[in-house]
Amino acid sequence: MALALQQLINGLTLGAVYGLIAIGYTMVYGIIGMINFAHGDIYMVSAFIAVTGFTLLTAFGVESVVLALFVVLVVTVLFTSVYGWAVERVAYRPLRGSARLVPLISSIGMSIFLQNMVQLTQGARVKPIPPMITGGVDLLTVNGFTARLSYSQVIIVLVTVLLLAAFTWLITRTSFGRQQRACEQDRMMTALLGIDVDRTISLTFMLGAALAAVAGVMVTMYYGVVDFYIGFVAGIKAFTAAVLGGIGSLPGAMLGGLIIGLIEAFWSNYLSAEYKDVATFSILILVLLFRPSGLLGRPEVEKV
Amino acid sequence: MPRLVSISDASGWTERLKDAAGVALIALLLGIPMIGLTTADQGGALEVLTRWPLLGAFVAVVFCGRLLLRYLLDLLKRRRQTRERQQGEVTAVTMKRVWLDGRVLSAIGWLVLGVALVLPVVFSDNRYVVDIATTVLIYVMLGWGLNVVVGLAGLLDMGHAAFYAVGAYAYALLATRFGWGFWEALPVAGLIATVFGLAIGWPSLRLRGDYLAIVTLGFGEIIRVVLVNWTDFSGGPNGISQIPRPNFFGLPFSPSGDRPTFASFFGLEFSPMHRIIFLYYVILMLSLLTNALVARLRRLPIGRAWEAMREDEIACKALGMDVTKIKLSAFALGAMLGGVAGVFFAARQGFISPESFTFNESAIILAIVVLGGMGSQLGVVLASLVLVLIPEIGRDFSEYRMLLFGTAMILIMIWRPAGILSHREPTLRHAAAGGEHA
Repeated sequence: MALALQQLINGLTLGAVYGLIAIGYTMVYGIIGMINFAHGDIYMVSAFIAVTGFTLLTAFGVESVVLALFVVLVVTVLFTSVYGWAVERVAYRPLRGSARLVPLISSIGMSIFLQNMVQLTQGARVKPIPPMITGGVDLLTVNGFTARLSYSQVIIVLVTVLLLAAFTWLITRTSFGRQQRACEQDRMMTALLGIDVDRTISLTFMLGAALAAVAGVMVTMYYGVVDFYIGFVAGIKAFTAAVLGGIGSLPGAMLGGLIIGLIEAFWSNYLSAEYKDVATFSILILVLLFRPSGLLGRPEVEKV
Repeated sequence: MPRLVSISDASGWTERLKDAAGVALIALLLGIPMIGLTTADQGGALEVLTRWPLLGAFVAVVFCGRLLLRYLLDLLKRRRQTRERQQGEVTAVTMKRVWLDGRVLSAIGWLVLGVALVLPVVFSDNRYVVDIATTVLIYVMLGWGLNVVVGLAGLLDMGHAAFYAVGAYAYALLATRFGWGFWEALPVAGLIATVFGLAIGWPSLRLRGDYLAIVTLGFGEIIRVVLVNWTDFSGGPNGISQIPRPNFFGLPFSPSGDRPTFASFFGLEFSPMHRIIFLYYVILMLSLLTNALVARLRRLPIGRAWEAMREDEIACKALGMDVTKIKLSAFALGAMLGGVAGVFFAARQGFISPESFTFNESAIILAIVVLGGMGSQLGVVLASLVLVLIPEIGRDFSEYRMLLFGTAMILIMIWRPAGILSHREPTLRHAAAGGEHA
């Protein structure tokens, strides 16, 4: 019982991170209909920025964990958004209007570029940072095993929930949100109504990158190790989450992320840690076979 | 319509300087966390190091580069404008540049074939060149296999390395456990890969576009993870070594032996190059067979059906075509060709491990098909050459080779979004169906 509770906590934490990254995939897919393979690597870049930020603050002697976390979060989000903007501007905007596979290949190229750029400039070795937030609350003890909710897990879940609330407000209530949704429905019509479509797309990429950056800071804080290859696995998982939830659907992305996180946590504990990726993909395949548009996605209407 | 990266009407130097300054500012922002700052392990704890001079140099290079690029773009634009003014009204149709017409293409094709045939004769004592040419041909073969699926049938398969792996492991296991030879194992491994293709294709081909992409990607990863973890079967991360090499109709390529060897049978002096050149011709022959097969199939009803389905699936259904069967046949054929390439890969390397069949491999094969121009057989050859040679050329500054590789993928897509040889025309075309320049 305690073990199951622990896995539930771990799974939700992991799922929150996947969900944050998945939103970036789903938004970009919704607005320009492409799989942005470089998104996982944007997340990886943000994790490196976070490592530098935390180390810098420690060097300057900042003692307060809350202050450090807040500063690093803001700085990382800002720099990573610039990365999101630049990636779109360099690799995708010149390809607007070309066949669907073309930006996909360009994004794979961008992903390879970012991975190797980070490997060159930041080194190929794993970067460990000392745990910043220790301690937690013991919840339940059964047969000598104690389920424990650590403070860093509380922070991850809290930040995710707050961010999602802000994000939902942004998309549903603000004029940017309306423009973004309008572009998703019909880019040509939106342009005719005098909305700068390119700018909206750029902002969407920056927003996606910002959410990925939050995920990057959280993971850096939670696990404390970062290397240049983490973007690939996290990216694939998050994309799977986006598809599972129904690509293009924002609540779907979060739901998909949570499901993937839970599956991973329970599977690696009760069955086998080696095959947890197999489990993730098998479930994805099963869901797609029986519900091809994902859990919360709208069924695709084919028009002749 | 050709699109350039960015053109504004102003061509004065102030404008250009402003633009370059803006780009340099972005470069500065991008560079601060990655180039300006880095962390290094100093006695167990991370420490931040600064590299401001390097960042300054980077920003300066970006500034000058952007200035130069803008200048060249403006120059090009002005020249085009004057030309247009001289010619008067120019319609979009005549503006369309002729890249390469069919006759030139087929001439290039024959030329490439000729070069491929004589290459090992010319470089008979240069192992490096023949080895690289063999690698190029493996990718050509893989590209042609995937081209059937992606280029002809229009199904986005992002896990092609899975079939490559199945073929390679099938041969490795048949050879090391049951003592099968290369030539017996080749068709059987191809068949096994086909079965895998059918097994994966059957459930997933009901999905469309990007969903199919993620499912094939997922299957590719599943196969790789199983290969890594099922140690008893596949040797796990250590892979399988000492895979027997192919022999020349029963004559082994060894310096000496009880039975006649290739060298002694033909009265030649033994040379390790014999096997390398032989392997080169084997893969060349396999590739040519593939090409002949695909070219033939394109003219048969099934090939027409693939292209018809790529162009309009709903119309195909309306005409009563069995879309599932058409998709499956393309998928199975692609899988078989991938498997055959895998057998060759295993036999050539003598050692395989799951490392060789990662998602990167699938991405490279897909990139070859798309960069080449989907559906174009010659395009696949050119793209394989480019993608294999870029890392090879970069070997001298090997840290940068994958960086160069990624950059090249982006630049080629921007330069020619339809691929190096945009040959996406259906083999059959209705006269009235005008096409894209409407």
